[in-house]
Amino acid sequence: MSDAPPKSTVTVTIDGKELEAKPGELVIDAAERDGVYIPRFCYHHRMKPVGMCRMCLVEIDTGRGPALQPSCMIPVSDGMKVDTTSERTKKAQDGVLEFLLINHPLDCPVCDKGGECPLQDQTMAYGPGESRFIEEKRHYEKPVAISELVYLDRERCILCDRCTRFAKEVAGDPLIHFINRGANTEVNTFPDEPFRSYFSGNTVQICPVGALTAAPYRFRARPWDLEEVESTCQGCAVGCSVTVQSSRNRVLRSLGVDNDAVNWSWLCDRGRFNFEAVNHPDRLGEPMVRKGGQLQQVRWSEALAAAARAIRTAVADQGPQSVAVLGGARLSNESQYAWAKLAKAVIGTDNTDAQLGDGLPADLVQSLPRATIAQACAPKGTIVLLGPDPKEQLPVLYLRLRHAIVEDGAKLVEIGAAPTGLTKHASQSVRCLPGDLAEAVRSLLDRGFMKADAGPVTVVVGRPALSEDATAIAAATSMLHEALPEARFLPALVRGNVFGALDMGLAPGLLPGRQVVGERSELAEAWQSVPKDRGLDATGILQAAAAGQIEVLVLLGADPVNDFPDRSLAERALEGASTVIAVDQFLTDSSSRAHVVLAAAGWAEVDGTTTNLEGRVLPLRQKVTPPGAARADWMIATELALRLDGDLGVDSIDSIWQEIRRLCPSHRDLDVTDDGGLAFGTSVPFAAVKAPTVRALDPSALRLVAGRRMYDGAVLTTHSPSLAALIESPTVRLHPEDFAGLGIEPGRQVRVSSPAGSIELAAVADPTVGRGTAAIVANVPGAEVNRLISVDSAVTDVRIDTMAARD
Amino acid sequence: MAPPIVHIVCERFRYPDSHTLDRYLATGGYEGLRRALARTPEDVHEEVRNANLLGRGGAGFPAGVKWGFAPAGVWPRYLVVNGDESEIGTYKDRPLMERDPHQLIEGCLIACYAAGLSQCFLYIRGEMALAQERVAQALNDAYAAGYIGRNILGSNFSVDICLHWGAGAYIVGEETALIESLEGNRGMPRLKPPYFPAAIGLYGKPTIVNNIETLSNLPWLLRHGADAYKQYGSETSPGTRLFAISGHVKRPGVYEVQHGVTTFRDLFFDEQFCQGMRSGEHALKMFIPGGGSAPWFFPEQLDLPLEARPVGAAGSMLGSGAIVVMDDTTDAVQATLRVVRFFARESCGKCTPCREGTGWLETVLRRILDGHGRSSDIDLLLDIGDNISPGPYPSAGWEEAGVAPVPFPPRQTTICPLGPSAVAPVVSAIRRFRHEFEARITRRTVNIPFTVEPQEPAHV
Amino acid sequence: MPRLTPENERLAREIIDRYPVPRSALIPLCHLAQEQDGWLTDDAMTHLAELVGITPAEVLGTASFYEMFKRHPVGTYHVNICTQVACMLLGADELLEHASKTLDVHPGQTTSDGLFTLEDAECIAACTEAPCLQINYRYFHRVSNDDFDQIVDDLRRHGRTTVPTRSNDTGDIPPHGVLARVRQHLRPDQRAGNADPNSATAPAWLSEGR
Ligand SMILES: Cc1cc2nc3c(=O)[nH]c(=O)nc-3n(C[C@H](O)[C@H](O)[C@H](O)COP(=O)(O)O)c2cc1C
Ligand code: SF4
Ligand code: FES
Repeated sequence: MSDAPPKSTVTVTIDGKELEAKPGELVIDAAERDGVYIPRFCYHHRMKPVGMCRMCLVEIDTGRGPALQPSCMIPVSDGMKVDTTSERTKKAQDGVLEFLLINHPLDCPVCDKGGECPLQDQTMAYGPGESRFIEEKRHYEKPVAISELVYLDRERCILCDRCTRFAKEVAGDPLIHFINRGANTEVNTFPDEPFRSYFSGNTVQICPVGALTAAPYRFRARPWDLEEVESTCQGCAVGCSVTVQSSRNRVLRSLGVDNDAVNWSWLCDRGRFNFEAVNHPDRLGEPMVRKGGQLQQVRWSEALAAAARAIRTAVADQGPQSVAVLGGARLSNESQYAWAKLAKAVIGTDNTDAQLGDGLPADLVQSLPRATIAQACAPKGTIVLLGPDPKEQLPVLYLRLRHAIVEDGAKLVEIGAAPTGLTKHASQSVRCLPGDLAEAVRSLLDRGFMKADAGPVTVVVGRPALSEDATAIAAATSMLHEALPEARFLPALVRGNVFGALDMGLAPGLLPGRQVVGERSELAEAWQSVPKDRGLDATGILQAAAAGQIEVLVLLGADPVNDFPDRSLAERALEGASTVIAVDQFLTDSSSRAHVVLAAAGWAEVDGTTTNLEGRVLPLRQKVTPPGAARADWMIATELALRLDGDLGVDSIDSIWQEIRRLCPSHRDLDVTDDGGLAFGTSVPFAAVKAPTVRALDPSALRLVAGRRMYDGAVLTTHSPSLAALIESPTVRLHPEDFAGLGIEPGRQVRVSSPAGSIELAAVADPTVGRGTAAIVANVPGAEVNRLISVDSAVTDVRIDTMAARD
Repeated sequence: MAPPIVHIVCERFRYPDSHTLDRYLATGGYEGLRRALARTPEDVHEEVRNANLLGRGGAGFPAGVKWGFAPAGVWPRYLVVNGDESEIGTYKDRPLMERDPHQLIEGCLIACYAAGLSQCFLYIRGEMALAQERVAQALNDAYAAGYIGRNILGSNFSVDICLHWGAGAYIVGEETALIESLEGNRGMPRLKPPYFPAAIGLYGKPTIVNNIETLSNLPWLLRHGADAYKQYGSETSPGTRLFAISGHVKRPGVYEVQHGVTTFRDLFFDEQFCQGMRSGEHALKMFIPGGGSAPWFFPEQLDLPLEARPVGAAGSMLGSGAIVVMDDTTDAVQATLRVVRFFARESCGKCTPCREGTGWLETVLRRILDGHGRSSDIDLLLDIGDNISPGPYPSAGWEEAGVAPVPFPPRQTTICPLGPSAVAPVVSAIRRFRHEFEARITRRTVNIPFTVEPQEPAHV
Repeated sequence: MPRLTPENERLAREIIDRYPVPRSALIPLCHLAQEQDGWLTDDAMTHLAELVGITPAEVLGTASFYEMFKRHPVGTYHVNICTQVACMLLGADELLEHASKTLDVHPGQTTSDGLFTLEDAECIAACTEAPCLQINYRYFHRVSNDDFDQIVDDLRRHGRTTVPTRSNDTGDIPPHGVLARVRQHLRPDQRAGNADPNSATAPAWLSEGR
């Protein structure tokens, strides 16, 4: 074994300066790391180089004399000499710019990109003065809408292949393409088939000129009027890094920032464009109290006094267990901590749950060995997908997983009732009926499906459908944990900061820092008083409320009427609670039934931190002021505590964060940079979950699959006009053979009924739907699928009746 | 005296039914394959390497060496046959496909056997309907007779040949674009490195791309052996080669000539070949020696042999065996524009300098020809050219004017040589006939002895 | 607008079968669709996308790269007159001008009866036979003005022409879209089989031979 270990770096000389570079690193990247920026249009470090634009030509000498080479294509090699400033380099780059400008309109003053345009910048920096091209430029019809969200101005396009490469390579939606050839090449869609991709906004961000513009931003602002901060998207639990830009106290744009651990600069369109909701006129700016049956605006002191009075009375009369706090996944970590402390230490109730019966048991999630995204995406590893469709629910996680499978040789095994956005990349897809997941996993394990060459295994587990009880999935998960002790888990809970909420103790039986109620801890000591017994989860809270056992129900940005799987129970609970206090940004179907409404500040309006599905704590930064008198949630908690004769002992976001760092073992001394910091470790013990018994499917019935879509009735989506337009109209989708059995025409209204209730909607055949199942998207305006689901039943079986034709 | 004509690949052209299996079998057909199968693949490969069979698609790379470039242990490997013949002036692969398709098929089989290639794709230019028909028929017949497919001639050699055809795009002739096209994509060249698809080609697997004529040599070579093959032509360029000589000669045509030893003068003036300029009154003005991409030659270069190295040193290339002869009636500006137009129309559009630059060259040339040229236009043309192909561009020497040749090949700011090819006629013509361009610009009208199409300035 | 007929869909599947990766069949499939309809319709492209498992935009991206695929109806006879330099030297421009007069259309246009589309083409590989042209990709060599008129006349009257300048062919000119009239047919029992790029197997004759 005399072989010297391979050298881990190579030495290259760039503009006379020696530097060490990683083998395989491209010259353009090595130079940039060293502070030498080589101009480029087509190269983007998160996509494969295509070397098309030729702007990055520099003179490279690998021992055979200097030659012009595209630096985006050439990997560094030992002894290489690069000259980015030579006469020949300069002439070639000037030449390319001049060529590009031949057909590029000089309409910078009216172009959205003006002021932040690499072509404009590089023309100023490198380009020749006057144009030697005197003929007419290429002409195209002015901007065409290639989708609801994106416009394309082909005259400005410099054919860099960034958007088209993104669509194919990264998003896997090759719906825009180069069309025609040579100088006539253009980017476009197929006629009448728009660029409907969940990720279309990224193409606007990476377009190096103003050819692609986003409908929600076009003509709204000039770059030099914008102020910005770096923050984190709270659209879902992936937690993508963003830059939030505003002008005159209005959020106008959100751009992806490259966080190597998380989003690689990408965003989904929901996360990119749901800032529209921040500026929505329906935002609550003042607190309200119900008077004479009507919610009326009041001053904060009155609203807080009413809320405190109700809580104090409840505790005095019925004990702390008569107070429950539902929700909290939208809050910052600091606000969650404050609310958990309020509920558990000041009021003394453990009836708290940030999930609305649509997630997974919190203690199971907290007890499993957690994976990071990078671990889940390990080259040549195996990803076991239990249930949810990451493309719909955690879109940028989907991009990362897709990349791992398509580019890095990871294998995907998916098990569930419905196909997902990753199905076409799966090496194994196991279909089972809702309720049968644990059985399916058992039989896979029995057959030894995990091969010796599986590499690192990550289980991505979440709720595939509201209509399937969480226990089935929890049981399958715990089975995998027991069978594959080395496997890590990436829980696919969806709400913005649901993981922060779990970490901050907004779940029954848990305390901040992934600790268990009833155990001794530094935190329990510092808080002085904590509940001794485990409280109720969302289902328990709602059942108790419906039975008249909950006096005060606090909705912390929660809308159980739409989000809880069993709508009827949620409605009965809101009626059964004596006082409902809603802390919210909008009046929803739930908060509109509250007695006290406290107007909360939202995303981009508060500082703090948020936690993603890996447990990565990421910064939230304020960019604009909240509407009217709306307040940060943590402030509401401290005010309420004071009125309940308690004291949370905190007076600023930073003081809360310092307390978290001190008292939460998982967050001990955690530093949060722009790229976040990982919380880790848990003292929540694992307890195996047993599979529920599920009755066999009656042949005359279909089993309901109420899965999620990216665009649904979520409050931020419905209040973002650009996104609201993309919510699909509701349908029940059936396998073509089941559909044929019904004997109706496609699109015809049908009645779908279960023991719990019935709804009417259009029926369509869809070959991707499993036989024996009926697929209805959850929480879509116009089809309240949670009317069909009952918490009393692990699965929901439905009947479909055709309805008499209407005129 | 020109070396005598020898027929290797055109042997059967004299029979009207040369394309049929019957005729093929009656004239030694599939004998080369039988002989190959009787030997080991390595042995056959060695024979081809020995013969120093040079590629006929343009680059002139030895086939036997190329076959050895596939990385060890990587399978499967493919053969892609380049029948996209579209280079200006090139007309030699089409007759081989139309008139002796079995010879081509046999060549493909021998290559697959020797180089361990598991499937063959025979890519014919889209616009060649008859070639497609003849090759399809020949494939069907050869399959039926057991020459292709499973266990060929009872051996353990099995390979399919899949007929594929294009749809009109010159750039697809470039081998990596050919592979892209065969994968169902836009025919845009891939980035180099890797420099040869032999390492990473079709579906990312090792792929040998060979020209129709290259492969058509193999049956003869296997039948008669490398030594017999090397008796013809020169030591560095053995065998024969097809040249299409078009333009102002008395007897334009496709001639199979001994490689490396015959000269341009032989081709143009010898009785066996073109028999001189089309009419005695007009003298040779210039000629394109190797397809539209080749810088032009002039009478001084007539005595160069048809061999890559000396032609390259003299500033051009033999390229695709396409020679276009122009006499002194030819308008240099117009000929330049016409060739440039080709590259502008055929650019795939990938590289900025080619996509935008070739069109710009065409625009400027057109305005000069139309009488709207500006005095700065000649320098502009050269500078646009320099931005596509930086540095001195290959061109022929001009002793009289004391100008030395710039050897081939050109440098490029582009991915493939198409863009730089558009600069060849511009530099060739301006270097030699600058006065014609100047005259066009200043006098608006010019008398070339007879222009083929008298140019009346449109608006004077 | 038409998708592929059932018979053509069967042919399409046969063509796809010849390749280790379905998408490779795309250009031959576009030809098949063009053969069916005379041009490449949007519906046919959508159908092809389904057959090879890609998006219609990808089919269009590929098809529009290649000149021969027409995305609008063209004449029954597509006349390509080569005007590249070798032909230009021997009168191609004059022939084009004459053709333009005879047909009363400019290059790029179709005659009002829908029979002829005229195009000035780049080199068609018949350079020694200048001036030359193709009608539906069938060659005519050394074409004089009179030849041209006779060809047009013949095609208008009989749908075929026997002018002696036709190259090595029968004289029939099938309508635009039809390319080769002989198709390759691979019988499963004769086939060696596709070489799957992921199979990583060395050819039998190499490994067994030793
Ligand atoms: C722009 C361009 C066009 C080409 N066209 C053809 C062609 O039509 N036919 C061909 O055989 N080679 C063509 N070539 C050369 C091929 O890339 C490749 O070198 C050749 O097919 C290899 O075969 P050979 O080694 O047998 O010559 C072209 C190259 C370039 C750069
Ligand atoms: S040089 Fe021209 S033809 Fe070649 S790859 Fe670049 S753009 Fe395409
Ligand atoms: S950035 Fe390298 S060629 Fe475009």
